[in-house]
Amino acid sequence: MATPDAARTHGRVPGPNRHTGRRGDDLEADISQWRDWVASRPGVDAEDVDELEGHLRDQVVDLARAGLVPDEAFLIAVKRMGSIDDLSHEFAREYSGRMWRQLALSDDATSESSTGWGVGWWTEVGLWAVAAAVAVQVARLVTGLSDGEPWWLLTNASLLVLPFLAGSLAQRNGLTRRQWLLTAVPFVGAAIVVNVSPFTPGGSTQILVAAHLPVLLWFALARPLMAGEMASRERRMDFVRFSGEWIIYYTLIALGGGVLVGLAVVILEPTGIDEDWLITWALPSGAAGAVVVAAWLVQAKQQVIENMAPVLTMVFTPLFAVMLAGAAVTYAITGLDAAFDRELLGVFDAMMVVVLGLVVYGTSARDPSRPAGWMDRVQLVAVGSALALDVMVLATMVGRIGALGFTPNRVAALGLNLVVLVNLAGAAWLSVRFLAGRVPFHRLEAWQTAYLPVFAMWLAIVVGVLPLLFQFT
Amino acid sequence: MHIDKDLVAASATPLALGILAEGENYGYAIMKRVRELSGGDLEWADGMLYPLLHRLRRLGYVTTEWRTPPGERRRRYYAITDEGRAALADRQRQWAAVARTLGQAWGGDPLPFALGEA
Repeated sequence: MATPDAARTHGRVPGPNRHTGRRGDDLEADISQWRDWVASRPGVDAEDVDELEGHLRDQVVDLARAGLVPDEAFLIAVKRMGSIDDLSHEFAREYSGRMWRQLALSDDATSESSTGWGVGWWTEVGLWAVAAAVAVQVARLVTGLSDGEPWWLLTNASLLVLPFLAGSLAQRNGLTRRQWLLTAVPFVGAAIVVNVSPFTPGGSTQILVAAHLPVLLWFALARPLMAGEMASRERRMDFVRFSGEWIIYYTLIALGGGVLVGLAVVILEPTGIDEDWLITWALPSGAAGAVVVAAWLVQAKQQVIENMAPVLTMVFTPLFAVMLAGAAVTYAITGLDAAFDRELLGVFDAMMVVVLGLVVYGTSARDPSRPAGWMDRVQLVAVGSALALDVMVLATMVGRIGALGFTPNRVAALGLNLVVLVNLAGAAWLSVRFLAGRVPFHRLEAWQTAYLPVFAMWLAIVVGVLPLLFQFT
Repeated sequence: MHIDKDLVAASATPLALGILAEGENYGYAIMKRVRELSGGDLEWADGMLYPLLHRLRRLGYVTTEWRTPPGERRRRYYAITDEGRAALADRQRQWAAVARTLGQAWGGDPLPFALGEA
């Protein structure tokens, strides 16, 4: 047996057996060995291997017909097939969802440095996490959170943490100096805008900024994550996957951390040691550091989540579809006015964002070449019901705003609602056409990836323009 | 004749679509047709055809089906769709424009393959 392992390290194809007296069995053995080897490459699935094997066999038959012995025919056929490394790379590009972990980062960065705990891990992950944790504590001590005056910290919290995540991603992806600078621009800009704004402490514009800024800065992570390829549809999809999987990892870490702190408090209680330091020191620093660590886990331990995320969407999309359809029917029958109050739009915003998350994430987790299935229909039910509900609420709300006037909160809620509404309406329309077999699935992907900047723009408006319009009240 | 690899890559999609416009086919036969049409000038690694075909499928330009014709191997057949034909027509216009421009820049004569188009 030639050893595929030895050949793989040189990026070449294993040669045929080197003994004499070749017959058909040897050819079969060679082909099956070649097949195993191709199948072991990332990005290539079983059907692709079948297809490639068929091609190889056709070629061998043709060459044998031209007078070559099986041995030679196999060698030439394999050579004509080309470098399997290149092939696997091409497949991986085409099916970025199948194995985006190799592409989300530059190839070499993922394979060694970020899975171990060596110097590379510290410069790419560890130090950034520690820096975020320290930044939060320094800010807390400087502003004296415990004495009140929490507003500065509240608006700036994301600016204390996310730049370090951006740095960690930029370091791992080996950004050029130009890309580093471009990455820094939105963070510096946001820091200036937020801190020169003369907010009324605790006013609604300040709270709105505090709520919108983290998401806006999250979009700023797109550049280091996508290594500057901002326009690429595949890289944007990777950004969506990264975000969804980061949320899952962060939630898991938060759950574990919560249990840990809770237990520590209970265990320390009888000793009489003041456990407040856990809340003031361990909790904020842990939460900040975990932001960076979760992002590293997304990329380093991709396989785990890759199996989990599609399952989660599979479980929750039907449940949400049932809930939303039920609510839409109920509201349509009972009418909205009885249940309506001012906070309702906020609740519906939250609902729309959750549905949007399911749709966008579901789109990114889906194999685009699969034909339409029941999950697509279920998702359409969820989106359709959410749209119906939202239109009812909006109609009522617009009437009320006419009577009650605009406030920062209402403008922000209304704007977010419209931005999400347009996205979901477009997604629903495309998904109807996809189910009818009129458009390929990639149109839905293209819609979602093209829409991403709209979200970022709306967030930027809430952070930068809205406070100005309402005199920072 | 050696053809630059960027040029080979740029021509791959219209070439594959053009061959499929002649009728549905499977990978190996498409590859053979490429060799035949180009007289062997246009060489690309056989394997690379498949990521390309799969991309065309994702874009909705081709549909695929596994089939086993009597007495033959089981193969994945690719057939062009209406969208694929539209994309092909669009590519043909682009290539014609490129050829016309090159032809004029190089001495007034359009390149031979642009003649049919103009």
